Amino acid sequence: MDSITLIAIASIVTAGLTIALGSIGPALGEGRAVATALSSLAQQPDSASTITRTLFVGLAMIESIAIYCFVVSMILLFANPFWNHIIAQAAGK
Amino acid sequence: MRLSSDEIVFWQYGLFKINATIVFTWALMLVLAVGSKLVTRKLSTGLERSRWQSLLEIVVTGIEKQIEEVGLRGPDKYIGFLGTLFLFVASASLCTIIPGYEPPTGSLSTTAALALCVFVAVPFFGIEQQGLGGYLKSYVEPTVIMLPFNIISELSRTLALAVRLFGNMMSGTMIIAILLTITPFIFPIAMSALGLLTGMVQAYIFSILAAVYIASATRARQPAPEPAADRRNTSSVLKRNDHG
Repeated sequence: MDSITLIAIASIVTAGLTIALGSIGPALGEGRAVATALSSLAQQPDSASTITRTLFVGLAMIESIAIYCFVVSMILLFANPFWNHIIAQAAGK
Repeated sequence: MRLSSDEIVFWQYGLFKINATIVFTWALMLVLAVGSKLVTRKLSTGLERSRWQSLLEIVVTGIEKQIEEVGLRGPDKYIGFLGTLFLFVASASLCTIIPGYEPPTGSLSTTAALALCVFVAVPFFGIEQQGLGGYLKSYVEPTVIMLPFNIISELSRTLALAVRLFGNMMSGTMIIAILLTITPFIFPIAMSALGLLTGMVQAYIFSILAAVYIASATRARQPAPEPAADRRNTSSVLKRNDHG
C-alpha cells in the first residue's frame, strides 16, 4: 500500500469513528437535560420561560460538542490537510 | 462538495477575491440598514402606525426584554451590539428560503469575525462598567491560581462561539445537499424547514451567550448596594416607630 491509500483509509475510518463516538456523549447529555427540564416544567409551570431559555442555551452548549466532532470529520473528509499535502507532493514529482 | 461559501468566487484580481460570502454579507447588511432606514424615516407616535413600524417595534422591544432577562441593566446601551448580532445571524439563516442563496454564517471567516467582535466587546463593556482595575481583578477572582484558567476560558469560548455557529449552518446546507442525492422528493424540504428553526435557535443562542458573557464581565460589583439600602430603610422605619 502506498501512502495515498493509507491516508485515505485512515481519514475515512477516523471520520466515521469521530462522528460515531462523538455523538454518544452529547446524545446522552441532551436526553438528560431535556428530561430534567420537562419534569421541572411539570412541577413549576409558572417559571416556564426561564426554564425554556436556560434549556435552549444549555442544549446549545451540549450540542456544540457534537458539532465539533462533525466539523472535524468534515475537515477529514473534504478539506484534509494531509491528503492535500500528499497530492501536492505527488503532483510535484 | 463545497465545505463553505468561500469557494464560490465571483471576481478575482491577484490576492483580492470577491466570493459568495462577501457578496451575501454585504447584501444582508444593505437590506437590514436600508430597510430600517426607510421604516424609521417617518415614525409616528400616535395610534396610527404603519405595519413596518409595528414590526420593528416588536423586534426591538423583544430583544430589549431578552437582554434584561439575562441580567444586563440598561439594555439601551447593549442593544446596538447584541441586537445587531442577533438580527444579522437570524436574517442570514432566514434568507436560506431564497433559491441560490448561501448563508454567509456557513463560512468560518464570518463566524470567526462575529466571535472576535464578542471577544473585544466583553472587556470593552467590562472596563466601561467597573474600570480597568476592577475588570482585571475579575480574572483573579476566587484565587490567583485561577488566572490561567480564566484566560483559557476567555479564548476557548470565543472559539466555541465561532465553531458552533459555523458547524450548525454548514451542517444544515450539507445535510440538504446529501439528502438531495439520496431522496430528492420530500425529505430535503423537511430538513430545510428544520434548518430554518436551527438557524433561529442559533441566532438566539449566539446573542444570548454574548449577553451572558458581557453580563458576567459587568456584573461583579452591582448586587452589593441592595442589602445595604434595605437595611437603611428598615432602620429608618424602626427609628420612625421609636419617634411615634
